[in-house]
Amino acid sequence: MPEANVEMSVRDAAPTVRIIDISGEVTAFADSVLSEAFAKASAGEARAVVFNFVGMEYMNSGGIGLLVTTLIRANRNHQQMRAFGLSPHYREILSLTRLDEAIRIYDDEAAAVAGA
Amino acid sequence: MSGQRDDDNWAKPVERLEIGAVPEGAKGQTVQGRKLTGPLQGFGQMWQKTYQVRIDGKNPEEIIAVWKSSYGRFWPKTNRFYAPIAGIKPGEVGLITGKSGPVKLSTGVMVLYADDRSFTYMTPEGHPFAGWITFSAHEQADHSMAQVSALIRSNDPIYEAGFMAYGNRAEDKMWQHTLRELARHLGSPHEPTSDRVKVDKKRVWRNFGNIRHNAMLTGLFRRKAH
Repeated sequence: MPEANVEMSVRDAAPTVRIIDISGEVTAFADSVLSEAFAKASAGEARAVVFNFVGMEYMNSGGIGLLVTTLIRANRNHQQMRAFGLSPHYREILSLTRLDEAIRIYDDEAAAVAGA
Repeated sequence: MSGQRDDDNWAKPVERLEIGAVPEGAKGQTVQGRKLTGPLQGFGQMWQKTYQVRIDGKNPEEIIAVWKSSYGRFWPKTNRFYAPIAGIKPGEVGLITGKSGPVKLSTGVMVLYADDRSFTYMTPEGHPFAGWITFSAHEQADHSMAQVSALIRSNDPIYEAGFMAYGNRAEDKMWQHTLRELARHLGSPHEPTSDRVKVDKKRVWRNFGNIRHNAMLTGLFRRKAH
């Protein structure tokens, strides 16, 4: 199995909001990296996990699948999943796959963090 | 801002599916004008299913090229895939006739994504499953692996009942058959493996109404009407 060409780091944005900064390629091979980042981001009192896609270089259908399984985990934890930094192209893809019906998409970090 | 090197690999946004000329033997009524459904729009429990087979002497690009060009050839005889005239390309729609358990079914899929190492189908309303299936190949040590990966949930309560009774096993058989035939065609004797994970055990009752699009029921009523 090829190695994931992606890095994800977690930081606090507010007392109950954590951001996962994504850098690189989101494909099926990013599974373990994403699982680890989400576990860290969703721990404790987190009410919302925000994905920062500004540094994402590429995402394929395997990556979209990872977002779905992560969303299910967030729903199980009663946490919101939010996103910002998506290009118009990837916004279209989230619309095409109808993920935008469940993941709240914002223009920037401030908007994504506000009200969570 | 995220990059766009894969623009041409994804289908363009579509509100409802449009099919062109329908090949002889296929039926397009249960696909034409339908919306696409992802795993979040379905009803049943969500499954992630992965089937793999080892293939010797071919690189991933060679495997996917053969798979795309002869996709339906590797299916069981009970089902038939009518490939898009333009081939397995993003946005193209393929039609399917087959069986959902004991009942005949006509449905289809749209090519959501395609590149040299993978392609993905997304299902329309009325299809037994809501979600997508990815066909891919990758290198592993000194050989390649061909893979089918499905992230799906049944589209409505009738399909969910069928899925629990026989559909789960039938789907395993279908993709194992497909991978075995692909491997044989490429000269590899290896047997496929399978793995299934229940991603979400909950059923989505707000999507109970998907039943109105059920392609199996639609076909049944149409046959009775004629």
